[in-house]
Amino acid sequence: MTSPLQQKIKITGPSIVTANRTWDGVVIYRTASKGWSTALSDAAIVRTADEARALLAESVADDVGAVGAYIAPVDIKENGKIKPGNLREHIRLQGVTIDLPVPA
Amino acid sequence: MYAYDELDRTLINERVEEFRDQVKRRLSGELTEDEFKMLRLQNGVYLQLHAYMFRVAIPYGTLSSKQLRQLAHVARRYDRGYGHFTTRQNIQYNWIKLAELPDALADLAEVGIHAMQTSGNNTRNVTSDQWAGVVPGEIEDPRIWSELIRQYTTLHPEFSFLPRKFKFAITASAHDRAAIKIHDIGLRLHKNAEGETGFEVLVGGGLGRTPFIGKTIKPFVHGRDLLSYIEAILRVYNQYGRRDNIYKARIKILVHELGIEKFSREVEDEWQQMRDSDTALTLDDAMVEDIRSRFSYPSYEKLPHMPEELKKAAADPLFERWRKNSVFTHKVQGYAIVTLSLKPIGGPPGDATADQMDALADLADKYSFGEIRVGHEQNLALPHVARRDLPALWAALDKIGLATPNVNLVSDIIACPGLDYCSLANARSIPIAQELTRRFANHDTADLIGRLHINISGCINACGHHHVGHIGILGVEKNGEEYYQITIGGRADENAELGALIGPAVPYGDVADVVEDIVEAYLALRTRPDELFVDTVKRLGVEPFRERVYATR
Amino acid sequence: MPLVKDGKITNDEFVHVADDAGIPSDGAILVSSARFLGDAEALSRREGRTGVIWPNNRDLDDLVPFLDRLAVVALVFPTFRDGRAYSQARLLRERHKYRGELRATGQVLRDQFLFMLRAGFDSFEVKKPADAEAFANTVKRYSVFYQPTGDGRMTALHRRMMLRHSESASQ
Repeated sequence: MTSPLQQKIKITGPSIVTANRTWDGVVIYRTASKGWSTALSDAAIVRTADEARALLAESVADDVGAVGAYIAPVDIKENGKIKPGNLREHIRLQGVTIDLPVPA
Repeated sequence: MYAYDELDRTLINERVEEFRDQVKRRLSGELTEDEFKMLRLQNGVYLQLHAYMFRVAIPYGTLSSKQLRQLAHVARRYDRGYGHFTTRQNIQYNWIKLAELPDALADLAEVGIHAMQTSGNNTRNVTSDQWAGVVPGEIEDPRIWSELIRQYTTLHPEFSFLPRKFKFAITASAHDRAAIKIHDIGLRLHKNAEGETGFEVLVGGGLGRTPFIGKTIKPFVHGRDLLSYIEAILRVYNQYGRRDNIYKARIKILVHELGIEKFSREVEDEWQQMRDSDTALTLDDAMVEDIRSRFSYPSYEKLPHMPEELKKAAADPLFERWRKNSVFTHKVQGYAIVTLSLKPIGGPPGDATADQMDALADLADKYSFGEIRVGHEQNLALPHVARRDLPALWAALDKIGLATPNVNLVSDIIACPGLDYCSLANARSIPIAQELTRRFANHDTADLIGRLHINISGCINACGHHHVGHIGILGVEKNGEEYYQITIGGRADENAELGALIGPAVPYGDVADVVEDIVEAYLALRTRPDELFVDTVKRLGVEPFRERVYATR
Repeated sequence: MPLVKDGKITNDEFVHVADDAGIPSDGAILVSSARFLGDAEALSRREGRTGVIWPNNRDLDDLVPFLDRLAVVALVFPTFRDGRAYSQARLLRERHKYRGELRATGQVLRDQFLFMLRAGFDSFEVKKPADAEAFANTVKRYSVFYQPTGDGRMTALHRRMMLRHSESASQ
């Protein structure tokens, strides 16, 4: 299993680092102040492979707080709002695309 | 039902305490994720897209009502009120918190339920025929042997770090409902000319990136040699299975690369040396009898085949439709095996709410001697229902949404969780299944089509068993969009076969239309109404279906 | 890296001799399999105890003829997830009747101690001091074992058999 730090990092646009919170599995985003937030709007944006690699490295170093950190694409709207950059990230943020058997 | 004794319960509790300690050390940082990941997998804990997923073992798909209630309790207390039954007869919870898992495990341990080895590179749940012990024509109950294998493989010191996962399945009927040919080891229980019980052993079956149908390594292994023979296979695999590439690490690859003859010789050589030096794994009659004695069977009454209640209820067309679809012949006169479809029209396949589970537990107590079964096709079953109780049972099941009369029909779809839940997925599978059930919601149409198994996988790992679906649907990613490859003609039973691709992948929005086209082609091409879809495909090949589907695409 | 033997942390008497270093005339040494096989007769008969580090991706056949002259066989877990050494350990103990010290090396972590013990290891080069200290407690985690290995622990199946016999005997 390749460490995220050894994987080739290719950025095709604005990107963020995301992971899951260790104790409960909740989706989290790496902030610019070396922390995590459940709000995508708090995510630090990186735009080059070097920036991404650095952000990922510091994220992975927080092995106690977060699990499975990786780089994910985002879309930045005209009003500056950050949106998930693909279907997978959309699902991670919004939840499943179907009705849950028991309404949440 | 197998009754756990003091020893079984102690082991489960000891595992719970060990896992509690492992979680504690992870949350304190004493264990890194790299060190912890395999430990949590060994207890069925995955990291998925939005949460952890917890896979609980239901050995050979048999549950007591008490156990089912506890599964409902875990869904309510630790999750979001529902669970998902899997293609390996287990149950999965999708929203569990790691910090609460030890408590959930302790609750499950109270009723003899555990999550040992439901993931990781070890030996997984030994699955079997969900009709074991009650279906006519069965040689003997295969679950006795499943339990023997379960115990033998649980926390096995030599085989807890195999190159990759390892799955067993066992059947004792001519018609294989356990899909043994797509397992790492498949076992077909039968008797030799001397009337002794033994097993045809198949090895190297499996789906995923490189699907293979299992090959017979030994046509008859005597029951007493079953465990030692399995140990020989596992030892050869543990030593020679590839560890350099996870996509080539299953035993099916080793069997393929060595060839079945050479592989058989390696196993035979190891097995002979084992038998020469040590007989500890040889099962004598007393050992088998001990396990057998802890399987209890109902005290069936002497009941008529056609009781009054049933005669009266025949006037109700809705009841009759359900009875003809979901009720199967029991080996004891006056009784029936009832399949409960977990595939409601428009619903996600294989899910049950905590309320449904509790209600079903009560129905099992009332009508099925407190026993429930889980099938690999993601439906449940009540194995011991008196035929006179069928009308009352149906009414109760209908109230709780467990009486959809679509078992084995086109809307009885097997699907993995897909991109809605799973971090391995490329595409979603559940919405595809939901749309398909809506297209084929009309039960008369579904009856007309007949037995038709659709299997959907959201990625090449094939947890939906798409390779062996009559119609198989595989989600792939193309330029960030969800696309689906369609195969037809696969089968998972004793005539197991991999499906054939009909053409290029189609986009998400087209899948339901394509399946409708395939079904229409089948209806036009079949020689008789009772020629099954899969037989029409066998007779005519893929071409006529390909033409129909791609004519306008 | 602490060495655990007989359930407690001890000093390692065995010196690891590099492939290009000279072999001391006496004293306890550990050599690589390549070094050993290059001069097996002499090395296995030298004054002082000799041990061999055997890789986990090599059959034991070439080592077997010398087992009764070896003080230590060290097997390797390159990562704790690579379980080949468990099979090697069982074969050494149960098939080849090796009675010397059987040492686990590599990434040896707490949660595998009991598996290793049951497979036949009796000494452990433990990666983390905290794990080494927890050894004695860790191996008490389980009292029930389903399957037989060469470790002599009675399996659940056999315990049940015994219980039945004593029940029927007392009737």
